[in-house]
Formats: sequence, C-alpha cells, structure tokens
Amino acid sequence: MKGEWEILGQEGFQFFGKMSASISHEIKNTLAIINENAGLLEDFTIMAEKGLPLNPERLKGLAGKICVQIRRADRIIKNLNRFAHSADERVKAVDLFEILELVTALSERFAARRSLTLALVPLPEPLSLTTYPFFLENLLWLCLDFVMAQAQSGKTIFLTGEKRPGGLQIRFTGIENGNGNRPSDFPSPREKALLGVLGGDLHFDVFKREVVLTLPQDLRS
Amino acid sequence: MSEKVLLVDDEGDFLEALSQRMTSRGMEVTTTTSAREAIKKVEEGSFDAVILDLMMPEMDGLEVLQTLKQKKPEIQVILLTGHASVAKGIEAMKLGAMDFLEKPAEIKELTEKIKKAQAKKMILVEKHNEEKIQKILVDRGW
Repeated sequence: MKGEWEILGQEGFQFFGKMSASISHEIKNTLAIINENAGLLEDFTIMAEKGLPLNPERLKGLAGKICVQIRRADRIIKNLNRFAHSADERVKAVDLFEILELVTALSERFAARRSLTLALVPLPEPLSLTTYPFFLENLLWLCLDFVMAQAQSGKTIFLTGEKRPGGLQIRFTGIENGNGNRPSDFPSPREKALLGVLGGDLHFDVFKREVVLTLPQDLRS
Repeated sequence: MSEKVLLVDDEGDFLEALSQRMTSRGMEVTTTTSAREAIKKVEEGSFDAVILDLMMPEMDGLEVLQTLKQKKPEIQVILLTGHASVAKGIEAMKLGAMDFLEKPAEIKELTEKIKKAQAKKMILVEKHNEEKIQKILVDRGW
C-alpha cells in the first residue's frame, strides 16, 4: 500500500502541476489579447489628439472584445478555483456531471493542441457519488489523455456517464477509427494505483474502441 | 523600408489586434493561425521577421522554428510565450530563434526587435550574395 500511495503522490503532483501550467498559459493568452486591444484604444486616442476622427463603432467593438476576454479569464479562474478546492476534503459527495465538466474544461487546451474536440454528453439523470474528488479528477484526466493519444486528429471525443448495477459507469468514446496504435500498458501502474484507492475498474474495450471506467457510488460502503 | 512581418498565433483575436497596431506603425503584416500555413507562407514569400507563438495546435513552436530555419536560414524568428523559462529560451536560441518574449509583450519592445530582425536579415542576405559572387569569380578564374 505504501508503494501505491507513493505513486498516487507523485502522479498527483504531476497532474496538479500540468493543469496549473495549462491554466496559467491560457490566462496569459487572454491577458495578451486584452493588452493588444487596450493598446489599440490608446493608439486611437493618440490619433484623435492629432486630429484624426474617432470611430465610435470601432471603440465599441474593442470594448466588447476586452469584455469577452475578461469573461473568458473569469471562467478559467473559476475552474482553477474548483480544481484547487477538490483537494479540500479527502472523501465527499460530488455531482458526477460537475466533475466531468471540470475535467473536460481543464483538458480542452490539451485536446486543441492535438486538433481534437471534447464533448460531454448530458447525463440522463443527476448522479452523485461519494469518493476522493481529486483522485477521481486525476484518473479521468489519465483516461482522457490515453483516449486523446489514440484518436485521429480532427475527431471528437465523447464523455458519457450513467448509473449501472453496483455503481456508475463513465465511457470515453470517439476512437472507433483511431490511429491504430495498440495500447501497450493501459491501465498502467498510475491508473491502477488510482483505481485501488477509488475502488473502481477500468478497461479498454478493443472491439468497441472505448474506455470504460466503473466506480462505486459510495466509497465508504 | 517598411518591415514585412508574419504573425503566427492560434488566438485570432490576438492576431487581429496586434496586426492593426503594427500596420498603423508602418509595417506590412501577414497573419495566420496555422503553423503549417505559416511554413507555406515563409516558403512562398519573403519576411523580415516571423513572430511565432510557442504553444500551438498542429505543431510545437520549436518544431515550426526548426522547419522555418531549414527552409529559409536567413529568416528571423521571434518567439512569443506565456511562460518564458530560461531553459526554453536557451533551447529556442540553440534552434536559431532571434529572440524570445513573454506575453503580453510591449509593442515598443516588439517593434524594436522587428527592426533589428530586418537589419540582421539584410546583413545575412548581403553576405550570402557576396559569397555567391566570390564563388563565381573563383570558378571562372577572374
């Protein structure tokens, strides 16, 4: 068990670091856009001081673009906040869709870099589970990372969740016509360590080419 | 002579605003959100400087840098990044980047670096032409 917790600790740090770095990059991008649009406003002001007429529509447009980026940055920070708070309590009741939504949002930038789209399918009913939120997010990320590596560029990866006898099931699909790579080691020791602490099961269905994660609805029972 | 600049970044809104600011400062600006298209434009056109985002879909910025330098060794590439670590900076310089800036960048600083890029490229092109002329003279025994 000590070995598993060492893996969990190392993997947890790497996961947290990776997501934090990605979030900081995205915030920098929004700041860069705000910076350039604010700079344009300044340029127009200088031109107006030299006698060139100001175009109100253009100014309105620039103000609108700045607001769009501020709202974008706010969403990014909200996700960072939710992610950071997922480590507050070890075991707690969480809404499955909210967790899937958060991990999808955190993973979008990585998907975009591989020219992939992520799509979270609405759940047929509200589902909650009592588990380790941070470890679950870590495992969901590892599943997504694996599926993204299998998928062809330009495709959409779908995440779905549903209630099953004995627990909940999360499926990752969209690699039906994948790049043909055979997964050499999945689940690897990292996923196995997380599955151990979450009480779950994970397998890659080679024929349907989907990843299926099964979890107990209440880790304490 | 106005500087010819290619801006490469996957954020369209960033490209739009920056290209307007550069154009109002007398530069001739081309933009693209695609790394592969950037390589094609450099092959087909002539630019004094390429302002290149380090983190892009399709291809990593350093990979794009390497490809651009292979196709046009005299091209001057200025990398833009959200996080300018010393390690990344060194790696970029080793691969031939002219400079490495962190976003958001000051337009004044960027403009000065583009002017330097134009001057550097002109020196390289002149040197290359001189070498070609020397070779012709030597080959023909003049």
